[in-house]
Amino acid sequence: MTLDLPAETPTGRVVPGTPGAVLEVRGLTVSFPSESGTVTAVRGVSFALSPGEVLGIVGESGSGKSVSSLAVMGLLPSTARISGSIRFQGKELLGLGDREFSELRGEGMSMVFQDPLSALTPVYTVGDQIAEAVRIHRDVGKDEAKRKAVELLELVGIPNAKERSRAFPHEFSGGMRQRVMIAMAIANDPDVIIADEPTTALDVTVQAQILEVLGTAQEATGAAIVMITHDLGVIAGFADRVMVMYAGRPVETGTVDDIFYRPRMPYTLGLLGSLPRLDRAERQPLTPVDGNPPSLVDLPPGCPFAPRCPMRLSVCLELEPDLDPVRSGDTPGPGLHPGHRAACHRHREIEEQGLTATDVFPAQLAGEPPVARRPRESRTAVLDVEGLVRRFPLTRGAVFRRTVGTVHAVDGITFDIREGETLALVGESGCGKTTTINEILTLARPQEGRVAVLGRETTGLDRGGRREIRRDLSVVFQDPMASLDPRLPVADILAEGLKTYGVPREKRAARVRELLRLVGLGPEHASRYPAEFSGGQRQRICIARALALEPKLVVLDEPVSALDVSIRAGVINLLEQLREKLSLSYLFVAHDLSVVRHIANRVAVMYLGRIVEIGDVNKVFETPAHPYTQALLSAIPLPDPRKERERRRVVLEGDLPSPADPPSGCRFRTRCPLFATLAPDKAQRCIDEEPAVASQGPDHGAACHYAEVKTVL
Amino acid sequence: MLKFLLRRFANYLVLVALATTMGYFLAATSLNARANYEGRNPRPSQTSIDAKLNELNLNNHTPVVKRFTRWAGDFVRGDMGKTFDERPVWGEMKQRMGVSLRLLLLGSLFGAALGVAMGVIGAVKQYSFTDHFTTAWAFVLLSTPVFLLAVLLKFGAVKYWNAHVPDSVHLYYVGEKNPGLTGTSFVLLRDRIAHLILPTLGIVLGQVAFYSRYQRNSFLDVMGSDFLRTAQAKGLRRRTALIKHGLRTALIPMATFFAYSFGLLLTGATFTEKIFGWHGMGEWFIDSIAKNDINVVAAVIVFSAVLILIAGLIADLLYAALDPRVRIR
Repeated sequence: MTLDLPAETPTGRVVPGTPGAVLEVRGLTVSFPSESGTVTAVRGVSFALSPGEVLGIVGESGSGKSVSSLAVMGLLPSTARISGSIRFQGKELLGLGDREFSELRGEGMSMVFQDPLSALTPVYTVGDQIAEAVRIHRDVGKDEAKRKAVELLELVGIPNAKERSRAFPHEFSGGMRQRVMIAMAIANDPDVIIADEPTTALDVTVQAQILEVLGTAQEATGAAIVMITHDLGVIAGFADRVMVMYAGRPVETGTVDDIFYRPRMPYTLGLLGSLPRLDRAERQPLTPVDGNPPSLVDLPPGCPFAPRCPMRLSVCLELEPDLDPVRSGDTPGPGLHPGHRAACHRHREIEEQGLTATDVFPAQLAGEPPVARRPRESRTAVLDVEGLVRRFPLTRGAVFRRTVGTVHAVDGITFDIREGETLALVGESGCGKTTTINEILTLARPQEGRVAVLGRETTGLDRGGRREIRRDLSVVFQDPMASLDPRLPVADILAEGLKTYGVPREKRAARVRELLRLVGLGPEHASRYPAEFSGGQRQRICIARALALEPKLVVLDEPVSALDVSIRAGVINLLEQLREKLSLSYLFVAHDLSVVRHIANRVAVMYLGRIVEIGDVNKVFETPAHPYTQALLSAIPLPDPRKERERRRVVLEGDLPSPADPPSGCRFRTRCPLFATLAPDKAQRCIDEEPAVASQGPDHGAACHYAEVKTVL
Repeated sequence: MLKFLLRRFANYLVLVALATTMGYFLAATSLNARANYEGRNPRPSQTSIDAKLNELNLNNHTPVVKRFTRWAGDFVRGDMGKTFDERPVWGEMKQRMGVSLRLLLLGSLFGAALGVAMGVIGAVKQYSFTDHFTTAWAFVLLSTPVFLLAVLLKFGAVKYWNAHVPDSVHLYYVGEKNPGLTGTSFVLLRDRIAHLILPTLGIVLGQVAFYSRYQRNSFLDVMGSDFLRTAQAKGLRRRTALIKHGLRTALIPMATFFAYSFGLLLTGATFTEKIFGWHGMGEWFIDSIAKNDINVVAAVIVFSAVLILIAGLIADLLYAALDPRVRIR
């Protein structure tokens, strides 16, 4: 039925090019030999990019989005077998030698990579690296190239560009390095910039900066951008068109509004439905997509999403659907904008009945535990932290150590967690979240302040006392791969804690089965090893382990940030169900505020070791009073293109100051947009006096002298 | 940076002093110089033995601390004592250091350079025939003891090269030069080179095998790195990117390795020196232990400790030169 759609033929047969396209990919297929067989990472990708257009490619890990982009740049390893067609300005790139390709790279097409830490050569200055990019393609002298490098650094917003161009990459922060990457990418005024997860490794406020710089870069060069990401929010505000990839193929393409408001492929529906929304007060049920993406070795026939799809029919398991136009009125055929297409046998049904994520996927929304129905004040505190301080000495010298400074990692924070409630600790990297939970988990006497777990102060606890408390306090870490011993079968992992606390063998086995059932795994999983599980399943094992001793308080350290989007919702739902069922309290550490809004009852926002705003999650998100909270919330991209287009961001300047040398008075003042507008006499107070958390209403406090509520969502 | 190096130098000096002291105590307590005299025939009188031993500061009846203070005092004044046959240690040491250096300098340099080159080639063409070939040979050489390799080289030179390639340079396998030879400096140089080829080959082969394995691994690490991909994305050709951006980064972990292994080689080439009859430091060390010659053993220990000091400083300098991340402002 799609023989009239040459643009989608995975065979890569020759078809006339699309007029006006700056980059055109047709039937791109990439496979790699591997020990277990041929991995077909990309299975027929086609798209055309018109000048100045932004195409967003979304997909989870292993969907083939990065491999496609590397194929376009000719940067795949020589073992890759590539077929199809890649045309840049009408010129076929496939089959070009390294010499011809290298003339094009950096000149016509350039690329911004994900991890700016490793993507710059550590041994050359950033100025030299940008100048090199200029000199490869332009016949200019060294000084001229250096001048150009400084200009480019200015363009991407690096202050003191001339001086900073002589710095090495390790002297730059992550955001600064990514600016350098962008400067390098636009050095020769390219026509296409491919940005592969350009903001994934960055904090949200820095992400907002970088997206702005990318916008500036696009204006300066007029280049078309291919934006590859797993973050639907980033795409919503940035892209004109979107291509959703799954198992090496595009499964849905269309304008950004089509994809976000009228998704017609169940995978896209699930993906969008699994996103917790930052901008919705009433908690939305999340739609987890069960199962895992298929292995790309010996893919069975049929739709690769079928095993995970609640709408699958028998035809779905036999015949892989083509990427068809969703509305019959849409003309198929190789146009620059081939309209809205979806690869699903039932997309017409979805279209006609206007199905949404919750119609297709079993949505769940857990309630509150029974204990949480009592008013908060009358519940006992499971964790009480008051004025907690943790400083680390900065030392120098190997033989004779001397202290040269102090890192104020956590500097006097106060919060409590009541029975059956979830408090989220949020903030960017380096704000002291992790130090805080480490201090709590060590159960030792804090340097200053006090910590009480279940009413017992940690100061003065002996070994036995700590051991008793440890039963009631457990933890789930971010990386489920690293936190499970690969040499222990799951049953042993789960039973370890039970053994330590002297639970007899027979009871242990029963408890292990019970735990596995609790987290949605089967008893047959007990004898397997961690390596046999997917990321989401591993995190379930970690959660089961944390629950083994029936704790009252569970510390969750970024429990879902290492997981793919569609897996994430399932784990979030599980955590919520467990809390309801077992009356747990959570201390939830996260940097993803959307997840926090979904899961937490209360939230504490940290900045440079201090809590700047704390309170009921809806109050803090709806009516943030601290300028930092406002900036943080405003920096988060919403998976809602219309809202994104209308939104005006509060973009913070610069990077986090060093916690070894925090600014005097209010720590946020160096980046504070409010401080910048204050009259000098008012501003002086921010410089001299450190603000304490002051009440902004019931269960809402902010540490700002001039706190003023501002809605940013 | 200079301050840092000076501080490192001071640290190393302390280490040298410690190593030397401990080495002296070990040698002075475990080697028995008296036995050399007592074993003579006719056996000298007890008093004359004691007198001789006292003169050379080798008397094991004197407390070892006392002997050490005398030795250290002399050492500070620039006197390293006398050998068993009553020649100044320093005089012979100078000579032997020269021999060792002439023997090992070329071998080490070639070994390192070729090793790096082979490692890079092996990494770039991973799993190719070249890679398998060099890997196989590297392991053959690594598992061949030096003395076997040296003997094989000798054998090859005598049986094949000298016998069947008569018009070329005649390869010698004993000593540094032909003692009686006279002529222009060109003739003398040619003679020295003809003597140098075999032992140098012996050293180079071992070193190449060793370095190439390390360099291959370190280069493989770099080859998968993102910055090489960035360099190519800028428009550099693969080869240029590998050399310009990859090689220097891959050499960083090797710098320390180079510096220390050269330092250790100077005393560690005992087999090579012995087999090819070069009277260098390694040979001296082994011989003096056999002869219970405590002063010489102590001198060689000082020598190796100082070499480690120099190697350490060179390693620091190389590291800082290659890697801006460790430079101190």
